Order: sequence, then C-alpha cells, then structure tokens
Amino acid sequence: MTSPRPETLAKLTPVLTKRWLSPDAWRIGTYERLDGYAALRKALKAHPDDLIQLVKDSGLRGRGGAGFPTGLKWGFIPQGDGKPHYLVVNADEGEPGTCKDLPLMTHDPHSLVEGVIIASYAIRANRAYIYIRGEAVHAARRLRNAVQEAYAKGYLGKNILRSGFDLDLVVHSGAGAYICGEETALLDSLEGFRGQPRLRPPFPATHGLYASPTVVNNVGTIASVPYIVAGGAAWWKSMGTEKSAGPMIYSLSGRIANPGQFECGLGITLRELIELAGGMQPGHNLKFWTPGGSSTPLLTAEHLDVPMDFEGVAVAGSILGTTATQIFSDQDCPVYATYRWLEFYHHESCGKCTPCREGNYWMVRVYRRILAGQGTHEDLDTLLDTCDNVLGRSFCGLGDGATSSVTSSLKYFKQDYLDYIEGRTAPRLSDKQLVGAH
Amino acid sequence: MTTTFTDETRARAREIIARYPADRSRSALLPLLHLVQSEEGYVSPAGVEFCAEVLGLNKAQVGAVATFYTMYKRRPTGDYLVSVCTNTMCNVLGGQEVYDTLTEHLGVGHDETTADGKITLEHAECLAACDYGPVMTVNYDFFDGVDPQTALGVVDELRSGGRPQPSRGARLCTLKEMAVQLAGFADERDGAVADGVPGEPTLRGLRLAQQHGISVPGFDPNTPIPSKAEADQAAAKAKAAEPAKAPAQPAAPTAGAGQPARSAEATGSTAPDVKAPDDKSPEVRAAETRQPDARTAVPDAPGTKVPVDGAPPAPRDAREAEAAGAASNAPAGDGKPAGDSTEAQDRNLREAESVTGTAASSDRGSQK
Repeated sequence: MTSPRPETLAKLTPVLTKRWLSPDAWRIGTYERLDGYAALRKALKAHPDDLIQLVKDSGLRGRGGAGFPTGLKWGFIPQGDGKPHYLVVNADEGEPGTCKDLPLMTHDPHSLVEGVIIASYAIRANRAYIYIRGEAVHAARRLRNAVQEAYAKGYLGKNILRSGFDLDLVVHSGAGAYICGEETALLDSLEGFRGQPRLRPPFPATHGLYASPTVVNNVGTIASVPYIVAGGAAWWKSMGTEKSAGPMIYSLSGRIANPGQFECGLGITLRELIELAGGMQPGHNLKFWTPGGSSTPLLTAEHLDVPMDFEGVAVAGSILGTTATQIFSDQDCPVYATYRWLEFYHHESCGKCTPCREGNYWMVRVYRRILAGQGTHEDLDTLLDTCDNVLGRSFCGLGDGATSSVTSSLKYFKQDYLDYIEGRTAPRLSDKQLVGAH
Repeated sequence: MTTTFTDETRARAREIIARYPADRSRSALLPLLHLVQSEEGYVSPAGVEFCAEVLGLNKAQVGAVATFYTMYKRRPTGDYLVSVCTNTMCNVLGGQEVYDTLTEHLGVGHDETTADGKITLEHAECLAACDYGPVMTVNYDFFDGVDPQTALGVVDELRSGGRPQPSRGARLCTLKEMAVQLAGFADERDGAVADGVPGEPTLRGLRLAQQHGISVPGFDPNTPIPSKAEADQAAAKAKAAEPAKAPAQPAAPTAGAGQPARSAEATGSTAPDVKAPDDKSPEVRAAETRQPDARTAVPDAPGTKVPVDGAPPAPRDAREAEAAGAASNAPAGDGKPAGDSTEAQDRNLREAESVTGTAASSDRGSQK
C-alpha cells in the first residue's frame, strides 16, 4: 500500500464528518463545545426568507441521489397559505452500497437535529419527522437520545431559545422496506399506509404529508445546513465544482485496500478515491464500479478519471446517486452481480406498478437461467426488451434503477453473458434454483 | 374477543398515538406494529386486532400494512434474529458462504426459527454497512467482516445463553426488547446509548486528514447571513438618490413609486429562482402570452401596455396567473364564473338541450 500523494490528500474536505473523531460528539455537551447549536442561534435571528436565499446561494443540492437544488425546493413551499408545513428527513438509507447516513446519525446526531430546526424555521414548519430505516437501530438510539437532549435544553419544543418559534420533532422508525426511501412512498408510510409511491403532480411541496406542503430532504442535505449557516454560501462553494458545490461523503466499498468513508469536494475522480483508499487489494484489478449505488449504471476502468459530481457522471452515462462507490475487480462477475441486484429489486418492488413488479420478477428468472448455463442468445434480447418496458413506466424510480445495471452490464460486458450462454464459463447456480424459470 | 395485551403495552400505545397530530393517529400504525411485536414476538391476529382497535381502523387495513414490511414477522420468532447480508457487495466478499454455513449448521432456512426458539435466521438485503462487508446483524446490531467461522461462533454463543458483543453498537438485547425501541422508546439499559465506537472504515478519510493536517480553509462561523430587507432598504435609498443624477428618464420611477419593490416585512414570499429565459413560471408566461392586454406586463409581447400603477404583486405566481386571467375576462353580471357572457351561457344551454333532448345539460354539451 502506497501513501496518497499530497495533491490527492488536499481533496479531502472534512466538514460533515469532522466530529466523528470525538468519541462523545453524540452527547449534547460535547456537541455544544464543538460549535454545536451556534448556527441555530444565528439562524433564529435571521429572516426565514434570508435562510432560504442563503441555501439557494450556497448551491447545495440534495444528497439523497437526485441532486435537486435544496434552496429551490424550500422556496416551492407556499407561504402564508394557512396550512401546516412539514419537514420530513429521509433517513431510510438502504440503496445497495450506500452507508453514509448511518454513521452520521450514530456519531453526530445533533448536527442533523440542528439542521432540522434551522430548515423547519426557514420553511415555517412546526412539526418535523425523521423517518429512519427500521434496521438502523443504533443510529436511532443515538438520534432519539439527541432529540431528548435537545428538548431538555430548549432547542426543541415551544418558543425555542425565546425566538417564538415552536418545533416538535419525532423520530419514526420504518419497518424494512427499501421503497420507503422514495419520498412519496415514505410519506405514505409515515401516514400509516403501505409504502407505495404516489403519482406526481401534485408534488410534496404542495401536497405532501397529510396533503400539506412538505419538504423531504436527505440526512446529508439537512446536516449540511448548519455549516452553510455558520460558514456562509461563499465558503461552502469553495468546495466542489461550480454546479455541484460543497463536500460529499464518498462511501467506498469492495476490492480496495481500505474501504470506508471519505469526505471530499464534489468532483473528485475514482482514481483519486482509490488512491486515498490505499489502492486496489493485491491481485485485484478494477473491472466495474457503481458511482452511486446499485441504481446507477455501472462504469468501468475507462471511467477512472470522470469527475464525480452531478454533471461529470451524467456525461459518462451514469448518475452520481448517493456516491456509494462499490468497486469490483476482475475476480468478480458482472453477470452475477447484476443478478444479485435484481433479486434485490424484485424483493423490494412494492408491487404497485405492473412493469416494475413483473419485469423484475421475470428478469431474475432469466438471470438464473443464464447463470445455470441454460441461457440462450434470445435471453439477452429479452432482458433489453424487458428493460425497455420497465424504464420510465412506473410511478417512481425503483424500476428505472433496476434496469441500470442490466443495460449497462450488457453494454460493457456482453462477452461475460455470452461466456455463460456458450458454455465457456462454468455455471454459477445449480439447476435446483431454476424452478419457474422458463 | 378481547385482546390480551398488558396495561403497560396499552399505556405505551397511547403514548405513541400522542406523538402524532390528533386527527392523524394512523401515523402511529408502524410504531404500534413494532409495539405488538415487543409483546408477542410477531404480529399475530390479536396484534392486528389490537392496532385496529386503538386506531379505529379495521383489521383488513392493519393487515394490509403489516404484511407489506419485512420487519413485521408473521410467525413467532426466536430471541435473536440473525440477518446475513447476501446483497451483491457482501455476497461477493463472502456473505453467501456465511449464510449457507449458518443454514446448514442451524438446520433452518430463510425466515425460520430453530427448534429451541433461540434463533431466527434470515438473509437480508443491503444493511447499509458495505464498507464493513460482509456483515451480519443480530437483532439489527452489527457484526462486521464476518466469515463462516466467526458467524458460527456467534450463533453457538447465542444458543448456549451468551451474548456476544457486536462490533459496533450496543450490547445485545432480545428481539422483543428491540421492538420496544423500534416503537420509538428510549433504550433504558444503563449506558447502552454510549456503547460502541466508530469502526476504522467509518473514520478512514478523517484519519488521513488528521494525519496530514488537512482542514477546509476559510471557515468563519461569524459570517453574516445576507439580509434581503437590508439590501432592499439600501437599494431603495440608492433609487431615491437616482432621479437627481439621471433626470432624463421620468417614466420609469413613476411606475415604481407605487410599489416599493418587495415589502420588507414577512409576506412569506420567496423570490422565484427559476433558471429560464425570464424568471416567471410557465403558467404566468402562458397566461400573459395568451392575453397580451392583461394587467401584468410582458415587455416583449406585441400590444402590451405597461401598467401605470397597480396593486403590489401577489405573493405567488399562481395568483399572478389567476389575476392575469381574471383581468381580461370580466365576470358575468349574474355571478356565474368569469369567461362567458350571459348570452353565450344561455346559448350554450339551449344548444345542449337541443342536442341531448333532455332538460339536464350535460357537461359535454355545455362545452360546445
């Protein structure tokens, strides 16, 4: 393992992660000593519209995958409409590969709580929810504890810091459904229904939780807000690229020497990230990778120098997503990897839209057949045809995401498929797993 | 049939419902389903009935939700739920072997419980700890970087009554105790919240930054938040001073004088920030283009009259659009909706009746 070069090290931007090294940062006392809740005091003295403008000026974009400008989203909330407003934090982290929000909530939960209070004040919401993935129990423990501490210190509840602003915050645990990471499915789930996406428009900005104006933001987005309020828009824009401003937590996993979380300015390349992670594991050569979770099309070794910001990855034909960078080597099979992801989408499809529910069900079976050495050349056409009929034909992006790895792996690694079909690669699955595959 | 839930559970149920707005008690359904699992270990028909009873729903409504989510178990579970991630990343790193080994060793398959009632095994989809892969969880607390041997060690210790310490997170509790926390109650075990330290992968980037003394320069927590009200005041002052300097353009200031830009007080209006040829919403633009005589000015539309004076701008684009439409469509005198004149409405009604032959004027007819 070689040490990263200084110019690569200089791309590290510890901002959201900076308190993680303090083992007690999850306690309110430690958090306050580390500048905690200072941004809140500052924000409560400002006009809410000025906060929205500040976030607009900072260029902050959603950290949950879509990269929508956060200030713009806040500005969509109709003001003076007489309806209650809500802030809902999407903490239902579950996209395969993604592991940035759980450590943040576990090791620095107050930064999220502080962001929630500031954001609620800006959009004039008096009730906020954090919808946290059910399985994320330790993060939820710390978060519930943080909320309790914040109430006790007067950061939550009635007349926060004598500003006249009231806010109640509830940490709501999900129950194991990936689809609830989709914002409208999350809202349905939070209302006590099956988590199934809604048809849009109307958008949550006007008809969200309880048919009222609602902002749904990712954990990383909301946790960024106190830093923007404290350091200003210009400082925030000193990190990242012009259109993708700020720091981003890149989650590296797979065949690298030191997997983990690396917070860098947006626009770093995979080559640099692998350098930070100590290089590839001995004996492994990069073969394919996901820039932002399994719903983003695969990229290959030829994309090592693509800038990983919203624009750069799009130009390369993929999506930045959640910057969950899963790295696979020449010892991993792209056909098998795609099959496992499809099993996931098949399991997690909520069943509302036929193309996604049926398309994933059948594609899994086609993959099993190919991997059992019984595939045909027509199977590849069937897969692409199925993807055509799933992509863009469902209410939400789950179906679209499912097709990403299929079409991209067929684009870059068709030969690997043909090797199974033409018998050059030994079958990976046995016949008994083929029940129902025709 | 009355359900058998304890008074403690009923008190907790009331506490859960109180977290949500009074007329939105259904939001309490997910935590309530966790709560019934904390007493019975799974969502039994009695549990469904209990939730239905306290929320005023019917059992079908509750059942539909309970069967949707994987964390609600439909059969009795063991004290410990062992979940092995077999999604792609953990899978290629060895998670599948771990799962296969445990299946064989415990003699149970997915979502099945050992005969001694200790362990329920399941294969899980991504558990959001890919940098620690392959991972497994026991009652949702993490055991990182497992291989078949360490996984066997964990389940054997569990079956013999031990409680192995998770890699991160708190010491183990039973699945029923965990369900209380999932229902939104604090972990009452002394110090459990403090358990666990961040693992090395979580801190990897930070350690590098620390070792090499890297931080983000230029951070000043006292950076002021720009205030629009102050900026407007400054602009108004500048504008007031302007006519003295530039007396050649008398027309524009007159129009501006009636509407002192945007009001400094909190109207709730937020400046639209749409990156478009102009910053109006498509609705406003369309309304204005169709109605060039409308009060709202479109500088480049033919025949547009710039208003001499007028009310301050409405806070929302939608209201502007509505106003633009209403201004060019005088309301009918009889209080009917704006648009058609009385004669036109009567004519439409007559036509409709003659076509359909009935007294009832269908919607389709009157639109002709």
